[in-house]
Amino acid sequence: MGAPQPNRLFARLLRLPPLLWLGAFFLLPFLVTLKISLSEPATAIPPYLPVLEWDGGLDGWSSFLESLNFTNYLTLARDDLYRAALLGSLAYAGAATAILVLIGTPIAYALARAPQRWQPLLVALVVVPFWTSFLIRIYAWIAILKQEGLLNLALLKLGVIAHPLVILNTDAAVMIGLVYAYLPFMVLPLYAVMNRLDPTLPEAAADLGAGPARVFWSVTLPLSLPGIAAGAGLCFIPMVGEFVIPDLLGGSETLMLGRVLWSEFFSNRDWPLAAAVAVLLLAIVIGPVMLFRDSLRADGEGA
Amino acid sequence: MAVPPSLRIRGLVKRFGSHVAVDGVELELVPGEFFCLLGPSGCGKSTLLRMIAGFEAPSEGIVEVGGADITALPPHRRPVNMMFQAYALFPHMSVAANIAYGLKGMPKARAVERVAELLRLVRLEGFGDRRPDTLSGGQRQRVALARAIAREPGLLLLDEPLGALDRGLREETQGELRTLQRRLGTSFVVVTHDPEEAMMLADRIGVMERGRLVQVGPPAALYRRPASRYVAGLLGDVNLIPGRLGPAGAVGTRAVVTAHGTVTAQADGVLAEGAQVVVAVRPESLVLGERGLAAVVEDATFLGDRIRRVLRLPDGTALRASGPPGGGPERGAAIRAGFAPADAVILPA
Repeated sequence: MGAPQPNRLFARLLRLPPLLWLGAFFLLPFLVTLKISLSEPATAIPPYLPVLEWDGGLDGWSSFLESLNFTNYLTLARDDLYRAALLGSLAYAGAATAILVLIGTPIAYALARAPQRWQPLLVALVVVPFWTSFLIRIYAWIAILKQEGLLNLALLKLGVIAHPLVILNTDAAVMIGLVYAYLPFMVLPLYAVMNRLDPTLPEAAADLGAGPARVFWSVTLPLSLPGIAAGAGLCFIPMVGEFVIPDLLGGSETLMLGRVLWSEFFSNRDWPLAAAVAVLLLAIVIGPVMLFRDSLRADGEGA
Repeated sequence: MAVPPSLRIRGLVKRFGSHVAVDGVELELVPGEFFCLLGPSGCGKSTLLRMIAGFEAPSEGIVEVGGADITALPPHRRPVNMMFQAYALFPHMSVAANIAYGLKGMPKARAVERVAELLRLVRLEGFGDRRPDTLSGGQRQRVALARAIAREPGLLLLDEPLGALDRGLREETQGELRTLQRRLGTSFVVVTHDPEEAMMLADRIGVMERGRLVQVGPPAALYRRPASRYVAGLLGDVNLIPGRLGPAGAVGTRAVVTAHGTVTAQADGVLAEGAQVVVAVRPESLVLGERGLAAVVEDATFLGDRIRRVLRLPDGTALRASGPPGGGPERGAAIRAGFAPADAVILPA
């Protein structure tokens, strides 16, 4: 089908805005960050060296490039703190993703199986928390989880516990916060896939003698894997770099890369090291993104 | 009455809100019968099938299979299997795994044997490891069939089993389906909107119209003695000559006074003398000769196995007649078109 020339031109023009957007707000800042990560900290404004002198000519450029080095990355690799923070981030994000899959799958399944006319309302309810600021919702969890908070109050009154539990500023609080905040990102893509499943497939399974449990495990769940992969990717990737939740709900021992980045930047004023952490974080996140893209593509072929 | 009917439906009703999709259906199938539910889309035939399979709960009525009331059973506990319209093959399983899905609980070795046997039966040996999406439409249809009969159900439901196939393959597959059904001895209930297919396949056809089963009978009976204009028109081309019912004639026949003269035809229903009726005559039952209604041959088309003529009556009414090729009146000839009373039916107008 030979598309007329103006249409093709138009199609190319349509592709331009997203590219410009990505260039201006992702690629350019990333290059700046990359450059800072290769610099050395200094007591100056900006607090790193070298700074590129635009009027330095070719010599200025070469001396600028020569003074860049990988010292900060070596520090990251050698220092146990950063390795622990990296592993901690992956562990928290991984565990929270696993819990999200376990909680999100039944919720998405229930949504997809609800009567058709109720579904828009139920989906809206999943999204409703977004109407309140993320920060306020996390602060609300402090009020719930603290020693004299709502949860302890309720458990004491019900006689379940004799002494208040210490939940706030522990790993448990971080997990609760992560799972709570990211649940919609798990449920929505999974619901979208489950809702699109051919309804005659579970019917055919039931017709062949499979009870509801077998229908779910052998037909619904395997065919929902693209949705689970998409949801897990959408949750895992930002959770690795999560800062607010571990900072507000976690304790001093909660070691996550986002927090390390923050303290390097604001407390130690070591911009180059903070930039190196940011670049590392991005590199870690790119891997799952690639997997996530593949799973989306496989889904597209199946449809 | 030693053998219970393979399917017995009593007073089955399905309402969706105020819409009555299935309206008081009564039906009984003898074991090994090939039954076709025929009707246009939206007539309730698929809903009826889904109630037998258990996917829809009836608003009223009872479904019995092999003498047992299964109305309250969920689909997975019913002794029936269904072949779905778009086949509903599991896309993430191989052909063999699809066919074996219903064989859970059978010893593994026996199940493997059974799958091989079924693959042979539907001529798909060597396709066991393939994925459904790598098969052609006809092959997928045969996988769906093998999967549906794997559990040896006493009753097999087929929803437009040939609907997704192209024409040539369809005719070939109709014959195969018929042969397979005879070999298995299983009762089949096929839903179709294609009258030719229904006549080709079925021992008996049930015609559905707006949720009601309006006539049930062998294809020939339905074709020759339709109970309504709807059934007459559904099963093939028919001439409908309007008139007023006259007095009773010889056994089972009555006279009808038409604008073109008085004719005699079969009368099954109880209609009052003077009632508005139509006389339904199939094109091949019109005899062109000395007797009957005066007409002019307006057009004659040679169709190989027959000649099709359009006859114009003096008042402008057109009749279609078909006769053996070779001979007969040419275009423009003035003739008379008659029919034997046994070949025409009087129906309510």
